Amino acid sequence: MGILDFLKTRPKNTANIARERLRIIVAQERSQRGGPDYLPLLRSELLAVIKKYVNVDPEAVLINVERDSGQEVLELSVTLPEVKA
Amino acid sequence: MTETIVVTSGKGGVGKTTTSASIATGLAQRGHKVAVIDFDVGLRNLDLIMGCERRVVYDFVNVIQGEAALRQALIKDKRHETLFVLAASQTRDKDSLTQEGVGNVLEALAQDGFDYVICDSPAGIEKGAHLAMYYADRALVVVNPEVSSVRDSDRILGLLASKTRRAERGDGAVQQHLLLTRYNPARVEAGEMMSVKDVEEVLGIPVLGVIPEHESVLAASNQGVPVILEESSHAGHAYTDAVARLLGEERPMRFLDAPKKGFLKRVFGG
Repeated sequence: MGILDFLKTRPKNTANIARERLRIIVAQERSQRGGPDYLPLLRSELLAVIKKYVNVDPEAVLINVERDSGQEVLELSVTLPEVKA
Repeated sequence: MTETIVVTSGKGGVGKTTTSASIATGLAQRGHKVAVIDFDVGLRNLDLIMGCERRVVYDFVNVIQGEAALRQALIKDKRHETLFVLAASQTRDKDSLTQEGVGNVLEALAQDGFDYVICDSPAGIEKGAHLAMYYADRALVVVNPEVSSVRDSDRILGLLASKTRRAERGDGAVQQHLLLTRYNPARVEAGEMMSVKDVEEVLGIPVLGVIPEHESVLAASNQGVPVILEESSHAGHAYTDAVARLLGEERPMRFLDAPKKGFLKRVFGG
């Protein structure tokens, strides 16, 4: 780093941005991997139904298939928006 | 025992063929009997990188379809006695590769006493890529420190864990290795490019080797010489190290730091 560097605007650390974006998308894609093919469609249809009643964020609906000792459990979690007082 | 190693990536243009050529050559330099197969049906390129493009008479598909014997189609490398190239077909019919046909060729290579078979995968996740990885014992996933390449390679890691013969038979997982190519230490230091550690962290598997971005890679491909044979190339040395690690030897990582700047550059930047 030279003493004249203050004359230039410092570029953003874009490598960190890349790493964080990848961390999130890779984790999301891994969680869907190996699950039944209908999961993404099921998720979007459920989201449409929920939206009729509550205005939730698309990312608020999480679907997961858990395998536990021969049993498969479909786990659905919906985060409702905070109610304004 | 023959070990089958697939060189794959998902994304195109990251250096699969360059890597296949150098890893195969490096293993042959160490005295192993090696075949390197181009699975990119319709877009033959490994022959150019290996410098044997004018000696291709029969190809992989000819062998699978029984139009040529394996012995006739294997092209012996000019530089190494124990290295052989099997070129891809230029046919546009992607269905000419079959799972059974590929299996038969690999079986014949094993019968012939080959130590290693390197499968140079096409880009994408279609049939050619699937067949290139199907019989693999180990996988070299080539990745650039760039978002789309990293994401695609994670997709490939998922397929290696589920769509291979080892996965189907429950024979134990395909051993996965990352090979980071086009690495530019100066840009990593400037925060413009993800580091080795960043990529390892995101994908969760260790890096077998890091190949620095260098003009020697293009110069080598221009001449049809695998870059591992370029004596003065850092990229070539990095491939030599990767081959040693593939064979179970320990080698410290090199070429991860940017060259030190001189005094004037440090004061005035640049």
